[in-house]
Amino acid sequence: MPERFTQLTSRTFVLPQESIDTDQIIPARFLTTTTRAGLGAKAFYDWRYDADGAPIADQPLNTLDTTEHRILVAGDNFACGSSREHAPWALTDYGFRAVISTSIADIFSSNALKNGLLPITVDPETHERLLADPGGRVAIDLERQELTIGNAPPISFAVEPFARRCLIEGVDPLGWLTDRMPQIEAFERGRAL
Amino acid sequence: MPQHDAPRTLFDKVWDAHMVVPETADAPGVLYVDLHLVHEVTSPQAFSEIEARGLKVRRPDRTFATLDHSTPTDSARSYVTAEAKSQVATLERNCAKHGITLAGWDSGDRGVVHVMAPELGLTQPGTVVVCGDSHTATHGAFGALAFGIGTSEVGHVLATQCLLQRKPKRMRVTVDGRLQPGVSAKDLTLAVIAAIGFGGGSGFVVEYAGEAIRALDMEGRMTLCNMSIEAGARAGMIAPDEKTIAYLRGRRHAPQGEAFERAAERWLSFATDDGATFDKELRLDADAITPMATFGTTPDAAIAIGANTPAPRSDSERKALAYMHFAANEPTTREPVHVVFVGSCTNGRLSDLRAAADVLRGRKVAESVRMLVVPGSEAVKRDAEAEGLHRIFEAAGAEWRQPGCSMCIAMNGDVVPPGKLAVSTSNRNFEGRQGKGARTILASPATAAASAIAGVLTDPRVFTRELEDA
Repeated sequence: MPERFTQLTSRTFVLPQESIDTDQIIPARFLTTTTRAGLGAKAFYDWRYDADGAPIADQPLNTLDTTEHRILVAGDNFACGSSREHAPWALTDYGFRAVISTSIADIFSSNALKNGLLPITVDPETHERLLADPGGRVAIDLERQELTIGNAPPISFAVEPFARRCLIEGVDPLGWLTDRMPQIEAFERGRAL
Repeated sequence: MPQHDAPRTLFDKVWDAHMVVPETADAPGVLYVDLHLVHEVTSPQAFSEIEARGLKVRRPDRTFATLDHSTPTDSARSYVTAEAKSQVATLERNCAKHGITLAGWDSGDRGVVHVMAPELGLTQPGTVVVCGDSHTATHGAFGALAFGIGTSEVGHVLATQCLLQRKPKRMRVTVDGRLQPGVSAKDLTLAVIAAIGFGGGSGFVVEYAGEAIRALDMEGRMTLCNMSIEAGARAGMIAPDEKTIAYLRGRRHAPQGEAFERAAERWLSFATDDGATFDKELRLDADAITPMATFGTTPDAAIAIGANTPAPRSDSERKALAYMHFAANEPTTREPVHVVFVGSCTNGRLSDLRAAADVLRGRKVAESVRMLVVPGSEAVKRDAEAEGLHRIFEAAGAEWRQPGCSMCIAMNGDVVPPGKLAVSTSNRNFEGRQGKGARTILASPATAAASAIAGVLTDPRVFTRELEDA
């Protein structure tokens, strides 16, 4: 069951690079785990640690206060690549609750929404404003589907209605599917004829 | 019953045939899954989740598992870590517990999931195939709707055999003309991705059509569909034809006898109707394509081998070029190559190994190059050895290894050392994809072999033309 999400006001953390792929978010060699827990320590690992595994001193991801910075603003085409759900597991365990970009990969978005991490796509102009103000304060209101940057007027964003309901009301997608079992069984019977 | 008088695309037909509950404004549709492929990396948390809820695997008969990503490819089976070994043991345990067929260590069927399933006839036209792996689009080569899913969704399919899905948009990529001799399906694939652009396929299911696509054999079609995700598309599809049917005839899990003939007739109905429309169309000319290789750190950054790199248009492109140690407006054929990898779900099939062996026959891998040849499955390995391909590789100085994903994802210990340059037949050239600090050039099996001999990125036609002259 994902953590609920209604509103979030936080500072941003900006990674302006385009096409930050899932191998950057969590390198494949950490995918041998059989649990979801503790992957925040591996988030952006190869950016944060040198060849000997020592933390890189001037890497802000190593010192970021994630109680203050819970919104990741990333360059275009964020989280392209693999289907690994370890990517949102790593980002949420690290401390992020929302990610904003001009485009976000399909599979990642689907995975993120199932883990209480809200992916928001914005127009290039809004994106530029966010990129230009790292650490700026942003308010996200999922019920109203609005994003407010500082004191500017709110900007509306799109989110798939069912995923939105799951996040706000705590509707469980698997429970919702298992409730459709009579239809699924009828479908199978119909195909067998 | 819904009426389908309006012309429909191949994708529409497969989608419609699997809609259990249609989507509404409020909720996604419930899509039925015919075949669920499972491997050790993206499944453990899904099994834990359904068990925690007291749910069972609803259709173990529609679920098929293999070991590929974390598995060692040396004959001693030395795992990279105890955790990798434990992950494999977890899948073995989950399959035994839930009655799922596993092509495990002792099975002659084991292979990279997207190589194995077609070989066994599990992948069939007009079906929906899913797997917790973004290269699941491979199966679209058969006219199946096949796409990668996350681990939560793996749990959904295990428990219900269904997924919640919104219908993606439709794109058609038509490739006219014919590939020139010495130009492969991988070169076509890299040209197609460069044309769509990285992320350009996001939100779309792509149908590949046209004379050049029809001319591809099934393994070439799998190479093309496999990399659809590298343009951001969740699925790529090719309409079934006589080649599809010939490939499937006699495969173990395909229908047999008269049932096969009936199935084949039905399979051919999965074609885009005249007049069906797409949300986006793209056209390419196959005749213009020459052997391709990537120069950046995204798969769309591909150019003809020997061509100059384009001037970077952004900081990200500048950074990618610097990471690769390439300069703008220069060819990429001077930088020493250290590692060559032939294998993966993109290019680990028999025709790929033949293409590499044709170039390597009677030649030597350069002293400075380590070359690994990793068959995509036990079946590919058997067939290659029956033809003596392994002897060609070994005589040339390449390593002939056990089947698995190996250096494509580099999570089993097969890695490119930091800073070294690899020419790889795999599907991703992301920073560090093949090991921390590794630099990856994506190319075809023939190009990989030619580059192994020359020690720099090389157009394979240099060698194959020599062969023709001999």
